[in-house]
Amino acid sequence: MESHIAEITPHTGGVIGNAWLMIALPLVGAFILLVFNRFTNRWGHLLGVAMSLASFVVAVLAFFELLGLGAEERRRAVHLYEFIPGMVDMGLLIDPLSISFALLITGVGSLIHIYSIGYMAHDEHRRRFFAYLNLFVAAMLLLVLADNYVGLFIGWEGVGLASYLLIGFWQFKPSAAVAAKKAFVVNRVGDFGLLVGMFIIWTTFGTLTFKELGDQIQPGQTNGTMLAIGLLLLLGACGKSAQLPLQSWLLDAMEGPTPVSALIHAATMVTAGVYLVVRSGAFFFPEGSGAALAVAIVGAVTLLAGAIIGCAKDDIKKGLAGSTMSQIGYMMLGAGLGPAGYAFAIGHLITHGFFKANMFLGAGSVMHGMNDEVDMRKYGALRKVMPITFATFFIGYLAIIGFPLLSGYFTKDGIIETAVHHQPILGWLAVLGAGITGFYMSRMVFMTFFGQKRWADDAHPHESPLVMTVPLMILSLGSIFLGGYLVLSNRLLDFLAPAVGAPAERPEFHFTSTPGLATLALVAVGAGFAWMKYGRVEVPSVQPRGSFLTTFARRDLYGDALNESLFMRPGQWLTRLAVFFDNRGIDGIVNGLAAGIGGSSGRLRRVQTGFARTYALSIFIGAALLTGALLLVGNI
Amino acid sequence: MTTHYLVLSGILFAIGAMGVLIRRNAIVVFMCVELMLNACNLAFVTFSRQVGNLEGQIIAFFVMVVAAAEVVVGLAIIVTIFRTRRSASVDDANLLKY
Repeated sequence: MESHIAEITPHTGGVIGNAWLMIALPLVGAFILLVFNRFTNRWGHLLGVAMSLASFVVAVLAFFELLGLGAEERRRAVHLYEFIPGMVDMGLLIDPLSISFALLITGVGSLIHIYSIGYMAHDEHRRRFFAYLNLFVAAMLLLVLADNYVGLFIGWEGVGLASYLLIGFWQFKPSAAVAAKKAFVVNRVGDFGLLVGMFIIWTTFGTLTFKELGDQIQPGQTNGTMLAIGLLLLLGACGKSAQLPLQSWLLDAMEGPTPVSALIHAATMVTAGVYLVVRSGAFFFPEGSGAALAVAIVGAVTLLAGAIIGCAKDDIKKGLAGSTMSQIGYMMLGAGLGPAGYAFAIGHLITHGFFKANMFLGAGSVMHGMNDEVDMRKYGALRKVMPITFATFFIGYLAIIGFPLLSGYFTKDGIIETAVHHQPILGWLAVLGAGITGFYMSRMVFMTFFGQKRWADDAHPHESPLVMTVPLMILSLGSIFLGGYLVLSNRLLDFLAPAVGAPAERPEFHFTSTPGLATLALVAVGAGFAWMKYGRVEVPSVQPRGSFLTTFARRDLYGDALNESLFMRPGQWLTRLAVFFDNRGIDGIVNGLAAGIGGSSGRLRRVQTGFARTYALSIFIGAALLTGALLLVGNI
Repeated sequence: MTTHYLVLSGILFAIGAMGVLIRRNAIVVFMCVELMLNACNLAFVTFSRQVGNLEGQIIAFFVMVVAAAEVVVGLAIIVTIFRTRRSASVDDANLLKY
């Protein structure tokens, strides 16, 4: 990467020079809300929203300042302070890639903050909820804005912490507490990969900043060490982005409040893995390298796995979670295709952030009206009672299945076409995945909004308040227009090019390409199939037994069973072995030694008989032996 | 010339030692100890004579002094024990043990 990174400091001024405000504002918000505790109960949520919005404003200003610069000058490293002397200076890298993320995080994040005011209105811990949300926004911004892997890692762990806190927000529910722990533990596996990858980067290149790595690594350079780094970073990305084989935590993470699922487990945090791959793309995932191929394969496998899981879930949030896995699979697939795929991967990431947050918040709105019921078999015919929620959810639905001219159509189709061009097998798998997406998303919409009422007796569905529906409308607008705006005439591609590199040939968007038409046909087939099974006929309100395949998907492709038998059981055996070794081995030695000494001294003390003549005899014997010994050595 | 004295000294020491080990009466044991000390004294004096200096004789005097002091203390202990326990047997005074 020869692109020049200009180094500046906060003294240089300008919004970019003060970009640290983006991170600091929500951090201060979280600090105030957590430290001043109950005193902020009355206005805490407003402070949270204000901080998030302020951060968004800074991001927008920085974005426009960046646009004002020439295309080649749009990479600015803001040096902040010396972090680890001689090793890492903390700084921010403001470039098209990071600013795109910052806009998504603060923009969608602010909308979800606003939505949460309504959603969490009846929760007595709403203030704590906003504190965690602010903490998350700050950590996520640090993740994407840091100009080195150490800063990225701190943010990475920060979002992991926020995710843990928010999944377990209702920790009085055992399932939520367990899900939080599971997410944390599975993420540690990925973090291990990222950490070891950073260690190897440090020992190999002696630096962890993106700028210096860019100076040292020639474009396309690859060798065994770099492949190892790439695979380790991919492991980290898999953990955070719920890609196979570390996918199992995401479905359980739906135990958290719905805005959390929308913000963290759909729109932003889970895309951190994609960010990591794209950010490191020029270094460790060059086009055509083994590491890049691994990324693409992981993406393709996960997009199918997520889609299959989504087909069988009756829990609306878990269905959406499977869909999130699947969509991030698409992004990973795109990120594994080199610069040609980056723009589409990031584009899909942004549009997905909108339409998936939209649908999650829509699902939250439905749950809000249905006494927190999540089982879609208890929904049905909600389109009349929740018109706004239905309309926005339906727009999100059209966007995700790739209905022509909506956001998802452009970005997903871009990924599929690029994939078919570079990796035909993976590309056609992605086409197949799109068909399955058409099925399970249609199933979700038909089960929730169409058909017969299957409500519980005490359910009185109603439309949510404006504070919840307005964010939905804004997100729907993004779901409709954003994709086309970003992809047509390669706006996003050109914008990102200084940061991630430009592909050898500029892609042209074809409305009538073979893979595109095949995708549309498959989606139509999937949606039609869903109509036959869930729209035309009545949906049973009790889950039918289902075939072997259905069970397979319901049980998350036996991912948990696999983890249990491969890792948990052997781990338990290992601990049992260690306990046995400790009790019998270590304790045995220690106790045996003590018992041996105790016993022998007990016997030895019998020598003290109390008879003076016995002592006299031992003195005589001793004296005789001593004399004899002296005689023997001839010293007398 | 001096061999006889040394043999006598050895015999006296052996008698004393056997007495200490075998007899039970504290007074007899005590006298046997004195016998051993005096056997030593005899050996010291003999060697002094043999070597031709006075050091052995001087040591013998010291031993006598110590023995006298020891008699005072030792007899006092024996008398006290006898008063409290009505016995002068060394085997009866066996409280200090394991």
